[in-house]
Amino acid sequence: MSDDKGWPLYEVFIRSKQGLAHQHAGSLHAADDKMALENARDVYTRRGEGLSIWVVPSNAITASSPLDKDMLFDPADDKVYRHPTFYDVPDGVETL
Amino acid sequence: MSHSENELAELGAAFDANVAQEKKIEPKDWMPEAYRKTLVRQISQHAHSEIIGMQPEGNWISRAPTLRRKVGLLAKVQDEAGHGLYLYSAAETLGTSRDQMDADLLSGKAKYSSIFNYPTPTWADIGAIGWLIDGAAITNQIPICRCSYGPYARAMIRICKEESFHQRQGFEMMNTLCRGTAEQKRMAQDALNRWWWPSVMMFGPPDGASQHSDQNMAWRIKRFSNDELRQRYIDMTVRQADFLGLDIPDTDLKWNEESGHYDIGEIDWDEFWKVVKGDGPCNRQRLAHRTKAHDDGAWVREAAVAYSDKQRAKQRQHAA
Repeated sequence: MSDDKGWPLYEVFIRSKQGLAHQHAGSLHAADDKMALENARDVYTRRGEGLSIWVVPSNAITASSPLDKDMLFDPADDKVYRHPTFYDVPDGVETL
Repeated sequence: MSHSENELAELGAAFDANVAQEKKIEPKDWMPEAYRKTLVRQISQHAHSEIIGMQPEGNWISRAPTLRRKVGLLAKVQDEAGHGLYLYSAAETLGTSRDQMDADLLSGKAKYSSIFNYPTPTWADIGAIGWLIDGAAITNQIPICRCSYGPYARAMIRICKEESFHQRQGFEMMNTLCRGTAEQKRMAQDALNRWWWPSVMMFGPPDGASQHSDQNMAWRIKRFSNDELRQRYIDMTVRQADFLGLDIPDTDLKWNEESGHYDIGEIDWDEFWKVVKGDGPCNRQRLAHRTKAHDDGAWVREAAVAYSDKQRAKQRQHAA
């Protein structure tokens, strides 16, 4: 959806190398999806930085709120037993 | 979202503590309104500089002396466009819009770097811009890679990486002219004569007269004072000029054994303020050109929206 007269905003994600995940590179405006891809190529991969591009309308992203950060991530804070270092390894035991 | 006074005090204290610990601030984080405003001003001004900065160099693309120079210059000007776009995006994460920034540039409300209000009458100016102006810009920009605002810092990292080629191609051009005919060498010296002082002024007013410095330092937007960065640029550039066999147009310039830096003569701040306020050699021309490009492009922007609306309507019809 184009807002009043400007073009909608897209977020750009780029895979720099086979085997790596797409990573957020920045954002840009484009009239439609196809133009967003073409512009992303020109704006974010002028020096061979990418092998694959995703463009996503920014308003399609649902984000957590930074103000809820503590509440949201609190459940994981006291679960040290989820980490291997929580468990005892007797001396002499290898490859564990 | 409105907060009570107590909440605001708490949020402010947490913000200050985070910044002091070198933690980055991200777009949706709470931030003081003045911090947001300063960043919008600085980032959009920076973006405008990249966009207006395409003009003095674009002037020479069609007249570059060789294909090697032409592809280099073209790539550099394309980079400036890209840098403008990274920076506009970074500014937009703070809640301003592209349309607003465009409007502020065209109305003259927003500033851009005064350096781009000087003309480029000869090919040597293109070398001098790459060497001096990009050199000064890089000196200014490297510390901004560690700016407290995440999106600005990330954009700057990209920009600094790309700009090292800009400075090198400028220096190469100057070096070629300096090792050429006597007339070519004269061109190089003439360009240095015209660009030296404006480039020294690029770092802004002296520390005593700088409006935003202290707060920006505390907010980790700025890391070094204008005068510190200016000195860094002078020390680096004087040596490069020596290598080229060119004379810095300053009879007071001398090495200061005690400080370990070069001392320079008086900077003409009246000229600086005159250009900032709109009376430089090319202020009107630069804005008129930008306005014309914006107006000439209106039908393209409208057509692109009309096309995408039509495609979307077609898809809907298909789905129905």
